[in-house]
Amino acid sequence: MEAWFALLVGIFFTVAVYLLLSKFIIRVLLGVAILGNAVNLLIFTAGRLTRDVPPVIAGGADTLVGPAANALPQALILTAIVISFSFFAFLLVLSWRAYDDLQTDNTDEMRVAEPVSEPAPPLGY
Amino acid sequence: MAAISSPPADLSAALVLAPTTAADWLVILPVAWCLAVGAFLVMLRRPIGFHPVIAIAGLAGLVLIDGLLLEHVATNGPVTMVMGRWLPPFGIAFTVDLTGALFALAGALVAFAAGVFSLADINDSGRRYGFYPFLMLLMAGVSGAFLTGDVFNLYVWFEVLLISSFGLLVLGSEREQIDGTVKYGFLNLVATTLFLTATGYLYAIFGTLNMADVARKAEALRDSAPLMTLTALYMLAFCMKAAAFPVNFWLPASYHTPRVVVSALFAGLLTKVGIYALIRVMVMLFPVEREELSFVLALAGAVTMIVGVLGALAQTDFRRILGYLIVSGIGSMLAGIAIGGPGGIGGAIFYALHSMLVMTGLYFASGIAMRLGASSSIATLAGLYRKHAGFAALTLMLCFAVSGLPPFSGFWPKVMLVKAALDIGAWWLAAALLLVGFLTMIVTGRLFLFAYWREEDVATGETAPPSPATLAPLAALVLLTLGIGLYPEPLLSAIQSAAAGLAEPSAYLNSVFPAGGPQ
Repeated sequence: MEAWFALLVGIFFTVAVYLLLSKFIIRVLLGVAILGNAVNLLIFTAGRLTRDVPPVIAGGADTLVGPAANALPQALILTAIVISFSFFAFLLVLSWRAYDDLQTDNTDEMRVAEPVSEPAPPLGY
Repeated sequence: MAAISSPPADLSAALVLAPTTAADWLVILPVAWCLAVGAFLVMLRRPIGFHPVIAIAGLAGLVLIDGLLLEHVATNGPVTMVMGRWLPPFGIAFTVDLTGALFALAGALVAFAAGVFSLADINDSGRRYGFYPFLMLLMAGVSGAFLTGDVFNLYVWFEVLLISSFGLLVLGSEREQIDGTVKYGFLNLVATTLFLTATGYLYAIFGTLNMADVARKAEALRDSAPLMTLTALYMLAFCMKAAAFPVNFWLPASYHTPRVVVSALFAGLLTKVGIYALIRVMVMLFPVEREELSFVLALAGAVTMIVGVLGALAQTDFRRILGYLIVSGIGSMLAGIAIGGPGGIGGAIFYALHSMLVMTGLYFASGIAMRLGASSSIATLAGLYRKHAGFAALTLMLCFAVSGLPPFSGFWPKVMLVKAALDIGAWWLAAALLLVGFLTMIVTGRLFLFAYWREEDVATGETAPPSPATLAPLAALVLLTLGIGLYPEPLLSAIQSAAAGLAEPSAYLNSVFPAGGPQ
């Protein structure tokens, strides 16, 4: 099971990096979303993948009987999902606003802050 | 109804039962205080007239708290507080050692100075957009990052400061700012996601996220686990946060776009959080791996400082020059981390603290210069010396400090780093440090020559003199850097014991696991 998940996470990362390398903001956004999910799956896999064994200690016992999935990574993912979702929402609004103001979603043409043909600094006076 | 028959659980095995002493509350207070003041400011959304008063009082309180915390840590050694009283490593621990306390205090000082400066720089619309709540929440994130003892918690604080920094960066929503924020936002989010990836692997390998626990267990796992890969991933993520070459280009693209006070705040705080995290993870958690990676890190450091200073030479805009100088300074800190040992790590910490004060001061100076000269380009700025000689003198002192000339604070870390580099035989690194010092002098000298000394061609007429709200924080930072430069002994000895505590973290571990802890 872990091996399959490792493969899946690898595919997610590949797709995310491919999209992040794009010039177009909207594709980069999709890349960011997929990257976040790739990491979430990675953490999920770190907590062992076992089916039908809830990590609940039976009455009278002190410890778990047999191997069970670790619940902590799922708590971590929950945090990470909330954070990455809010960031995604912010970046989505920001990209929309950037498209609205700059009339482009091509990062090559977004040169307001760093103009292409800046004059050279003065050499003497 | 029958009573539950199970015996009462032995809580002492899982919980801290002793009541928390008042001094221990200091550990969490910087974060709690900032969050509380920030939340209060959010509630007071309408009467914006009160915002600066409350925020500046809040930041003064933060300086006081961080000062007390530093004093407490300096006398009693590292202090730990665990959330919800769960024994470490189960509870999220806040552990403060000298390094964290020093960084937190320097950060608070910078934020306080920025708070005063903002009186003249942030107008009503900036206040209405929530500059002050963002400022307090940013400080909550920064303080949390410096004080936490848990890797995942560090990630959370990174995100807190990141989302606040987004808010501050787009404040005003001009086209330039939106463009800068797009680059800043995406690249920083990728960096934190890389950090989260590394943290996922860390949990998979160690089964714990507590830094002290990781440091304890690293030795035993060194042969069986891919710690080298893990450290390299952390290095990449934090280098990106700290704006090291070749992952630095988001910084000069965005730092010159927001309000001056926001630039100054970012210059002082954000890249240094990356450096702090790098020091914490590479020096304390994975010292052996740092040794292995030291050549890569040294090379990255040398290239970062040279590329940074050359970039600064090629710029005309005052603030963009400063942006490249930040990058250049980061290179020196990376070199210190790469060199290792008390000299290298101490030098890196010292350089980071000095850079926090000086870069913030320089951004303040750029703001005042832009006001006085009605331009931000050194091609058109002129005659500032005639307009305000005192301000020109303050800027010149900061220029000396950033170039590493005595008697200012930049001199000592540079000496430490060059000496440490020569001690391990890395002559090329020492040469790069000295060359960059020389080139920085040319950059700042040229800046001063054009913007301050050059006669104005056409007199722009009388401009209003800079207000005391802008000059006072600048003067305070200059005094601080001069004070450190002239009398470095107390800070130096604190930094030396901080570096020693990172290299030999037994006191840190003892504070988290007083009884040796679970095995």
